[in-house]
Amino acid sequence: MNNERILNLAIRYGFLVLLAGIVMYFSLAAEGFASPRSAVFVLQSVAITGILALGVTSTLVVDGFDLSIGSVATSSLMLSAYSMVILEYSAFVTVLLCLTMGALVGLVNGLLIVKMRVPDLLATLGMMFLLIGLQRIPTQGNSIATGMRLPDGSIAEGTFAAEFLWIGRHRFDMFIEKLFPMPVVVFLLVAVAVWLFLGFTRHGRLMYAIGSNQRAAELVGTNVSRYKVLAYMISGVLASVGGILLAARLGRGDIASGNNLLLDSVAAALIGFAVLGAARPNAFGTAIGALFVGILLQGLTMMNAPYYTQDFVKGAVLVAALVFTFYLSSRRSSAGRH
Amino acid sequence: MSQTICEVRGVEKSFGSNRVLRGIDLSMCAGEVTVLMGANGAGKSTLVKVLCGVHSADEGELVLAGNPYTPVDAADAISQGVVTVHQSIDDGVIPDLDVATNLMLDKLTAPGAGLFVNDRKLRAEARKVAEAMGLTMNVRQLVSELDVADRQMIAIARALARSPKLLILDEPTSSLSATEAERLFALIDRLRSAGVAILYISHRMSDIRRIADRIVSMRDGSISGLFDTQPLDYEGAVTSMLGHAMTDVDITPETNSAPILCLKAIKLREDSPPIDLVANDGEVIAVTGLLGSGKSQLAEVIFGLSRPIAGKMKLDGGSYQPANAKSAVSAGVFMSPKDRASNAVIPDFDIANNMTLPFLGSFSRYYKLSDRKQRRASEEMIGNIGIVCQSNRDGIGTLSGGNQQKVMIARWLLKPGRVLLLDEPFQGVDIGARRDIGRHIRATAKGRATIVFVAEIDEALEIADRIIVLNEAAIAGEHINQNIDLAKLVAEVSGPSLSPALAG
Repeated sequence: MNNERILNLAIRYGFLVLLAGIVMYFSLAAEGFASPRSAVFVLQSVAITGILALGVTSTLVVDGFDLSIGSVATSSLMLSAYSMVILEYSAFVTVLLCLTMGALVGLVNGLLIVKMRVPDLLATLGMMFLLIGLQRIPTQGNSIATGMRLPDGSIAEGTFAAEFLWIGRHRFDMFIEKLFPMPVVVFLLVAVAVWLFLGFTRHGRLMYAIGSNQRAAELVGTNVSRYKVLAYMISGVLASVGGILLAARLGRGDIASGNNLLLDSVAAALIGFAVLGAARPNAFGTAIGALFVGILLQGLTMMNAPYYTQDFVKGAVLVAALVFTFYLSSRRSSAGRH
Repeated sequence: MSQTICEVRGVEKSFGSNRVLRGIDLSMCAGEVTVLMGANGAGKSTLVKVLCGVHSADEGELVLAGNPYTPVDAADAISQGVVTVHQSIDDGVIPDLDVATNLMLDKLTAPGAGLFVNDRKLRAEARKVAEAMGLTMNVRQLVSELDVADRQMIAIARALARSPKLLILDEPTSSLSATEAERLFALIDRLRSAGVAILYISHRMSDIRRIADRIVSMRDGSISGLFDTQPLDYEGAVTSMLGHAMTDVDITPETNSAPILCLKAIKLREDSPPIDLVANDGEVIAVTGLLGSGKSQLAEVIFGLSRPIAGKMKLDGGSYQPANAKSAVSAGVFMSPKDRASNAVIPDFDIANNMTLPFLGSFSRYYKLSDRKQRRASEEMIGNIGIVCQSNRDGIGTLSGGNQQKVMIARWLLKPGRVLLLDEPFQGVDIGARRDIGRHIRATAKGRATIVFVAEIDEALEIADRIIVLNEAAIAGEHINQNIDLAKLVAEVSGPSLSPALAG
């Protein structure tokens, strides 16, 4: 009985204790780690990944998976550059265009899965390839920047609008002047919104029900197809938000950026399973998962660990979190998670 | 007297606090067909699972051909000569492989089987097995292309290819037509004369009459009757299977109230006659019949999961044509489906969230779910229907089958509905929980029409005001639940091929 309580406590708080331990260790071992600037740097490094991870979380909740988020984000990056630099649209139109593109991709993903009965992994894998290819066609595979030569011989004269760059680069004053970057604000807002939606509305609850037993959810009168499509649309829109922030930070349509986005955000969502012993996708866990990876990498970097060890560290954290989730949770007498 | 092949002595088995087998003594002889009858929850399947090595007995012993028999798992049981054909056919065949491979699977898994598969030889051997069974299909055909009956025959054929000492058939005819069943019986006759002991589980009176050498009835985990003197006393067997359960429940049938749901000339199948049915306010109707009699189909039609071939439905006088579960629920027609594990339970949720799932909207304020409201409503239900649990936060998986089922039914009692459909509500439910559920359904029946779909007659007798018997998707009989002529009811359930002794 006592053993079981310890096990339950370990499953519930183990990951958070580990996180606190890591923060303490780096604060003592790495000079400058425990400073506002460093904390904000961590947040900034995980903001975009975190937003994408929250999107993939909503598809995981309905027992789906979205592999296309990385390519939606880079498509959104290229689209925003194309819209402002070549088509010379305003920042507002550009943002609207990107969000619409994300929603549309999510809709197509959802319909492929719900109506065409394509398995989720395959549908979104197909969409991923399609988008990676599509985003290169208008520029013949080149990155987009002001002053580039277009295929018809003219020069692209548009520039990234100042308002647009503000989204990616503005820093709010907090304790220290120009501390808190806009992307972090967006990340926190998205995280709270997704957390509230999935955890505290009936729509979120029904999505969890679909993920746990789709047939049962259907037989109590849930519109399963609509919720599944909704999940993929959330994922698509959030991925396009991530792409917008990336474009606004870079200030150019860099074709090679955003390579790691998919894997990093999926890792964050899966690490999130372990937080508070949830053993299921959840917004709070995803945000913590993203932070965990960010803190670890920041600390290691400050202790002069070479950059090429980063992926190894991420992988190790992910495997540990998965063991934590699936092995320990299966040993616990299963209590209701909702 | 022939020689005893298998003997069961004082076998007991409990799951948690639920005593499923309470000291079973049974012997099966070579060349004899022992029919095992028993209502749902009587412990038949558990006994079969003990015999075929899936469960081990808590107490008692098994003897096979004079030696102690303690199978460690299903494969061990088979190698010792106890072969079982399970009720669920899909456990017995691999749909994506062809008939030949399915028939010869054991050859492929046997130790010493070669690395390469000689397809021609495999097919030749499979053809021999198929011929012995009287199967005529092409052995190259994929099993997934065959109909249910043929799949069943393949599962049985494979079991027979192992030349068993004891063959256990668990409701093998439930998906077979009369001619297919006759093929199976011919085979059983042949095995009987070859000296195989056969344990045959069924409620179909026509089957039992055709092949039984002796009948054993089970009730509440014990043997309640053994009939082996010719001619067999079929009526006595049915009575001892049902016991005195129905006299325990005192029902005064509800009659003469306002109609709620009207079915007009509903045709479930192309070739079946139309069904007319009126369900009245406050009335509990039990629709009973064998597997495949159209019970579940009828439930699905009323709940909007499938469309009838022809006919109309009316709800409270207005037209009622649900397109799916959602529109049925919003019209006030609720259904607790059969097979709760796959159709009803949300394994990740606790009791309160499982219970309130259909009506989350009414537990929300603006867009936010009110945890407090959910918990309060389910706490009240837990008290009303008698769910045994520590709190409404318990995971649904921690409950026993009966208590899970109570949660699934309580789900639809939270809000007043017009029609409540319960498809096999007593599946995998112990007798105590079954009584609780029945009592509560009857107590709350006012203000709605309740239709319960059950295969077991005694369950129908326990809960209903009126019993409707379905056979081959047609109404075979209708009874007010008072001084029912049980023999007539059983005769209607089993269909026209019943023994005159019982039908008379």
